[in-house]
Amino acid sequence: MTERIRPEKIRCDACPVLCYIADGKSGACDRYANHGGELVRLDALTVIESGSTRVVPFLKDAQTGDDWDGNIVQQNRAFVTAVGAGTTYPDYKPAPFIVSQQVEGVDMVTVVTEGIFSYCGVKVKIDTDRHIGHERDVVRVDGEPIGHVMTSEYGSKMLSLGGVEHLTGGSKKEGRVTCDALLRLCNCEAVEMVIGEPGHETTLIVQAGRAPIINGVEEKLMRVGCGSAAIGMFAKQWLGHADDVVVVDDHITGVLSEHQAGKMLDVPPTGIRIKGRRSTPGRYFQVADPGTGWGGTNVEDPLVILNAFKPDVAWPGLRLMMVSTTGEQFAYYELDADLVPQPVPIPEKLRASAELIAENCEPSVCSVLFMGGAGGSLRAGVTENPVRLTKSVKSSLTHVSCGGAAAYVWPGGGITVMVDVTEMPSNSFGYVPTPALVAPMEFTMRVSDYGTLGGHVSEIKPVAQVISERDRKLGKRDSQPDPNARENYRWSRGEDE
Amino acid sequence: MTRAVAALLPDGKRLHLQHGPIDLIIGAEGGPGAREAAFVTATARFETVLAELVGELPLLKTELAPDAPLPLGPVARRMDTACRPLMALRLTRMAAVAGAVADEVLAAMLSSTPLTRAYVNNGGDIALHLTGDTRFTLAMATPDGRDLGRISLGTGDRIGGIATSGLGGRSLSLGIAESVTVLAPSAAGADAAATLIANATDLPGHPAIRRAPANTVKDDSDLGQRPVVTHCGPLDRNEVLHALENGRKLAVEMIANGHIRSAHLSLRGQSCQAGAIPVIAPERRLALT
Repeated sequence: MTERIRPEKIRCDACPVLCYIADGKSGACDRYANHGGELVRLDALTVIESGSTRVVPFLKDAQTGDDWDGNIVQQNRAFVTAVGAGTTYPDYKPAPFIVSQQVEGVDMVTVVTEGIFSYCGVKVKIDTDRHIGHERDVVRVDGEPIGHVMTSEYGSKMLSLGGVEHLTGGSKKEGRVTCDALLRLCNCEAVEMVIGEPGHETTLIVQAGRAPIINGVEEKLMRVGCGSAAIGMFAKQWLGHADDVVVVDDHITGVLSEHQAGKMLDVPPTGIRIKGRRSTPGRYFQVADPGTGWGGTNVEDPLVILNAFKPDVAWPGLRLMMVSTTGEQFAYYELDADLVPQPVPIPEKLRASAELIAENCEPSVCSVLFMGGAGGSLRAGVTENPVRLTKSVKSSLTHVSCGGAAAYVWPGGGITVMVDVTEMPSNSFGYVPTPALVAPMEFTMRVSDYGTLGGHVSEIKPVAQVISERDRKLGKRDSQPDPNARENYRWSRGEDE
Repeated sequence: MTRAVAALLPDGKRLHLQHGPIDLIIGAEGGPGAREAAFVTATARFETVLAELVGELPLLKTELAPDAPLPLGPVARRMDTACRPLMALRLTRMAAVAGAVADEVLAAMLSSTPLTRAYVNNGGDIALHLTGDTRFTLAMATPDGRDLGRISLGTGDRIGGIATSGLGGRSLSLGIAESVTVLAPSAAGADAAATLIANATDLPGHPAIRRAPANTVKDDSDLGQRPVVTHCGPLDRNEVLHALENGRKLAVEMIANGHIRSAHLSLRGQSCQAGAIPVIAPERRLALT
């Protein structure tokens, strides 16, 4: 082993106290000690989080199915995740665990470390058409800005939260609140946020994998399409049961009698007049303001988007159905002698068509993707030559996972990853008071490739040596590829040998 | 870095909260749903306690002086309140940290829901809430498990905090007491007093007592260069009683000033007390007398 200059004391980063501990002494907790320059845990070695009974969050829904049934390794093969592994940051020393095992005849090594990410954030996709805020609106938690509203995607709104500007670029409180909100989001906990300026704010509760709660109302469905698309999809259902149908939508409101689909089915004009800006026949923009009412508008009574019917075209008794893009709201009217719509109980066939729209909508959920960049110090825990790790990842010789879940590695410089937090083990994330998030990261590759990139080869230990009885064992998730699988690597395709 | 963790103990009635060096065992009783509500509040409050303390640790680890500024955090304020009246005896606010955390979490629970009986035990420093006929019984023991008797408390005793200090705990001591248990209106107050009474239970200059600067024994000790006891050799019975009496004198003074209500001191099989402490002696000791 090479001689390393040993600092007189080492910093323990197991908790926010951050004790400096001299050789042979323990920290304030008596749980961690400095043993010959190495930080050791006195109660038990933890590869993953120790004893799941100790770390299961209290009074949360039991994460049933998450805990492994007792068999130590799946098919006698375990993947050691970095959840709870600790980190050697900011010291230039090897990652806490560098473990090897043979997989289908190939010696593989996984470098397991928790990274401290002050450059990190989350991207949130919220399946809703309701108005949650305008693009660029500030998202606040506890009054502190933690991010902003990004683009509207199909049936969804996007938020970009966190990032170094909020974590360390603002006030101390802003950083603390941002870090806490990110931590909770990443650990699949609910976070309440307020979007927009006072007087126009929207209150939003986001929890990964759950429906968003917007101004106290839980969103149920993600629309199947815009108002115009809904006309196209469901026009046949309405034929013979309504003379006209309006699908109310904040983006594109559709009108059956004017729409191409209605024309194809020989639906006659009804003299209906829609407020807002006509785009193409039967398609209207901006029929109302954005809001949390019908189809993402601020409309509670759909008749407000109609002007008076054209008297020379409309007729008394004309049957009109109005429905939202998710089928959750619908109403049925018949015109009286003055051609004014009067509410009438909806015929069963039309009610069924509204339900069909609802049925075709997917459940609305919030998706939370953690995004962070592996800094030089983290990479130095893997290799003495950090840039070589980047190159190895980019050339598909090294596979990156976060808590065992597949990470999407961004093209371009550095190792910037995105990962779906719901695919990671529960409570995968921690924090340091810097403030910054602590996230698990594993780099898996062939032992030979690890040597080539200048890895800490002398630190490699067989996987059996680091796994203990007390480690938290999880079953493999079917949705996630095995980090050790050959398909992950370029050499399996014969490009390398 | 690990976050605060919470778990119900196997009996389903007690909550365990842990973060870094802090371990709390919490009990709460009240009407239907009161325990669950109290535990939710305790868990939520506990989440940031350590970070709050760490945020002003340098101030909290500085010896208290008359012109010392008030700390900002609610737990740190409790530490300040408990320690400031005892400033003349030389201490840092850390003397009350364990008790202050217990007080804070208990207060949070009580503010969220009415409880008939509740306690927060922070490694032997206990914040206590009793109403009506409820009682709290505490067993005292030496670090090696020798029974020192029971303390049984009721509402009429007006005790809000219990703390034990001495050699063998996680903190260092300037004295030789094996155990000093203090009953006081608050856990923070009991904690600070127990620390100081244990320090005073001493035989200054005695050759059998070995001492070393605190910061050579424990890194980052708030006691700095002050000499802490590292070993205590043989003492005869009179020496033991003399050391206990030194501690007891301070306890009596603290009772007179209203800082604490009672104290129980023990060393080498001898014990003494100050104040009307309702101790039920262990049977083994009854047989000896």
